[in-house]
Amino acid sequence: MGMSDPVEARRGAGTGRAGAGTGLIPRRRFLGYLIAGPTLAAAAPLGMELLRSPAEASLPSPQMSDVYDLSDLLTDAARPTSGLIVVQVNQDGTASFALPRAEVGQGITTAVAMTIADEMDLPVGRVHVTLADARPELVWNQLTGGSNTMHAIYTPVRVAAAIARGQLVAAAAALLGVDADALSTDAGVVTAPDGRSLTYAELATRAAATETSEVAATLKADSELKVVGTPQSRIDARDIVTGRKTFTLDLDVPGALPTMVCRPPSINGTVVAVRNLAQVRAMPGITDVAVVPTGVAVRGTTFGQCIDAVDALHVIWGPGTAEGKSDAAVLAELEKAELPMAPDPAPLARAVDRRFTFHFVSNSPLETNCAIADVRADRAEVWSSLKSPIVAQQTIAQALGLPQSAVTVHVTQGGGSFGRHLFFDAALEAALISRAMGKPVKLMWHRTDDFRQGRAHPMCTSRVRMTFRAGTVLSFQQRHTSVSTDFSHGLGEILSASVAKVPEGNLLAYSQGVFSLSQSVPYDFGAADQALNEVDMGFNTGSMRNVYSPDVTTAMELVVDEVAAAMGMDAYEFRRSFASDERSQAVLDKVVEVGLWGRAMPTGTAQGIALHSEYKGRVAVLVEIDCRPQTVQRQVVNGYTGPRVTRVVLAVDVGLPINPRGLQAQMQGGIMDGIAKALTFSLHIENGLPVEGSWDETYYTRQWNVPPEIDVIVMPPTTGQPGGAGEFGVAPTMAAVACAYARATGTVPTAFPVNHDRPLGFTPLPAVPPLPEEPTDGLSQAY
Amino acid sequence: MPVHTFVLNGRRVSVDCPGDLRLLWVLRDLLGVHGPKYGCGLDVCKACTSHINGEAFNPCSVPVSDIAPTDEITTIEGLPDTVGQELHPMQEACLEYEVAQCGYCQPGQIMAAVAKVNQLRSHGAGQITDADLDEIRNICRCGTYFRIREAIRAGAARM
Repeated sequence: MGMSDPVEARRGAGTGRAGAGTGLIPRRRFLGYLIAGPTLAAAAPLGMELLRSPAEASLPSPQMSDVYDLSDLLTDAARPTSGLIVVQVNQDGTASFALPRAEVGQGITTAVAMTIADEMDLPVGRVHVTLADARPELVWNQLTGGSNTMHAIYTPVRVAAAIARGQLVAAAAALLGVDADALSTDAGVVTAPDGRSLTYAELATRAAATETSEVAATLKADSELKVVGTPQSRIDARDIVTGRKTFTLDLDVPGALPTMVCRPPSINGTVVAVRNLAQVRAMPGITDVAVVPTGVAVRGTTFGQCIDAVDALHVIWGPGTAEGKSDAAVLAELEKAELPMAPDPAPLARAVDRRFTFHFVSNSPLETNCAIADVRADRAEVWSSLKSPIVAQQTIAQALGLPQSAVTVHVTQGGGSFGRHLFFDAALEAALISRAMGKPVKLMWHRTDDFRQGRAHPMCTSRVRMTFRAGTVLSFQQRHTSVSTDFSHGLGEILSASVAKVPEGNLLAYSQGVFSLSQSVPYDFGAADQALNEVDMGFNTGSMRNVYSPDVTTAMELVVDEVAAAMGMDAYEFRRSFASDERSQAVLDKVVEVGLWGRAMPTGTAQGIALHSEYKGRVAVLVEIDCRPQTVQRQVVNGYTGPRVTRVVLAVDVGLPINPRGLQAQMQGGIMDGIAKALTFSLHIENGLPVEGSWDETYYTRQWNVPPEIDVIVMPPTTGQPGGAGEFGVAPTMAAVACAYARATGTVPTAFPVNHDRPLGFTPLPAVPPLPEEPTDGLSQAY
Repeated sequence: MPVHTFVLNGRRVSVDCPGDLRLLWVLRDLLGVHGPKYGCGLDVCKACTSHINGEAFNPCSVPVSDIAPTDEITTIEGLPDTVGQELHPMQEACLEYEVAQCGYCQPGQIMAAVAKVNQLRSHGAGQITDADLDEIRNICRCGTYFRIREAIRAGAARM
């Protein structure tokens, strides 16, 4: 056996001693590559599962997400690509991998490190995962979205890692003069039966390929995996707690001085004139002032001086794209756009018919929009947290009039995303500012701008009509009507992005495609039919964590509760008996068991339960809520309290959990989002601009809203393939909280969050000047 | 411009800048100390929480001229030195309870947690209650709040 045949070596090199029996298990074989280089490098193409036909070219039929969902679409989109992903073995015996995805807190760098470690028999701490620059040859396969990363990348990463390990074993076999079958690998060391051993560090150069060639690999059997499926710490945990983790604004790019933009008093307003440009340019610390398409940019020594300069600018503004609009005006337009229901199948059956309103919600992370750009005459370099870096690179190149190859786009670690980083607003803006000023810039959006001019989950309504008779549900219809969701990032490159950007019909078709691929009814409800209509009203929108599902599911589950009650059934028993499959029943049973469904509760408190199916998984949530006056009327300075969710029990089946600890964390995050969306978190639109300008105004969950008790149960593997995790907990939590609120208060809410129509609990910040003054009384608040 | 002097993470520093410049920008833009994060600049999100003479405060809301030469400013970078360890017990607890997701808020969360525990101790409080934890205002948009609560209780036990 020579070094050119790692497959043979691989076959004999199981974890520990390769048992004779392992050869009997048929395993899938995959093709990958050895890449010529100074040390060992193994590669695999992305997207190598068998192609499943994405049905007809026309719009997907209702309920097709049961068989072919958004995750499949994103995985299939990768198939024509020729780009490879590469596992590099370094001279110190560590492995390196540049992940063509964005890490924004969801933990995929850790999950990928675990996957490589497992297949290579390396400690997780010896696998370095970084984020790849924009790689245009990956075409559709550098989009981070739809909770699809692990689903799409798990097998290709394993193939590359398996080839690397096989090649290390082959090299060791040649050096030790031992048959590869006799060698074992563990913790980065290859050991012979006589005890002689070689480390991966000793083998990294010797195992290097002199020419690039295609090779086959066999993956470990599931039973041989030691790391995947076990709880693991984030690979960047220590950097995080010591403050060393580097985000965009922490990068030190020479000459890239703090830069901010003076933004209009209504959404997307434009600059007509600037009255005092020279004056502001002369302010202390300010180096440059330039008019750009989004406003007036200022660059200076510190961000503090930029804030002063922004507020000193005297700008005459043209109208915005949502000029004069308010919540009420948007709602009226949505009502006009609602698609009609089909006639009921049995006209004499009983029906429950409800319409719910879901208000705008900011998808701003804690780290505001930011980017660094250094644009020169013949090239440009950009740094930002980007989930669609290829289309960012292409669009920036177009805007600058440069060839795509002259624009380098670095993907940085993101301080959260929640949908915001699907777009590259800050990267494009920074590039345009850098060109206008002829200097490198470090662009940061102000918090107030990030809420008011940044993207938001669009306002929508959802009407649900269910008919039923004598213990049977006859029909389920849902008409979801939304302000347009901007999907113009497409599948992450310019071709599909262009399709999504074409105005009118195509934009809606794109949204409807996403809706059909992601939404489904997890119950056997006879004729089930969900449809979407969207209307463009000039707002800056985008997907927010879990996109349509939280609103769609909340509307559905509230009506399910009403129908169950009308049929004289317990809310859990009803869900269980109509659930479409055993996986759904299993998660329902689990939360009922752990959460003690049906236990006696004081007046003003109640339980709620909800079920959700998406991302190749199933999830059920049971919550308890306290709506008693002494709880609702708790006082927090500059904060909103309201009802408190006191307990959450969530059971999740993702098919194959890679990192149960990371999965639990994602579910807890989804729980906090679901609580916020049900009870507190929204934007009010007045006069063409969101009213909210600070975290004390748009009420995302705070410690005083957090449930004191949370149980997240990760169900055992069911499918052998990892489903999505990052967004999965939001919808069922929001729905369960809404159901519990309805039960506790005796009133089914019709608008979300339930506090939206109360009087504002704050005095809105002015729109001009755009930025609130920086406080000066910080020392008086010290504790 | 006036020169402002104070003690930062155990070392005396001097900065030549306008007196009304908020300390956050002095730390981040002039001194290159990036642990304290910008999340709002309004003393609301608390992502920049640091310590002044052992008490939590938010440098986004303090003009540098309010800082006296004798004031000791501690950021997340200097926290371990305050206990003479490689990591402060609260940092250890955050690792153990796997608190972080994106990590952007965590320096502020840890600095706030340490000060909160010290404050409760100085008031003679015993066990940390849910009501005590409810008082922490730091935003975590990833929603790690539940693990933050667990880690604070664990970290306090070791402080």
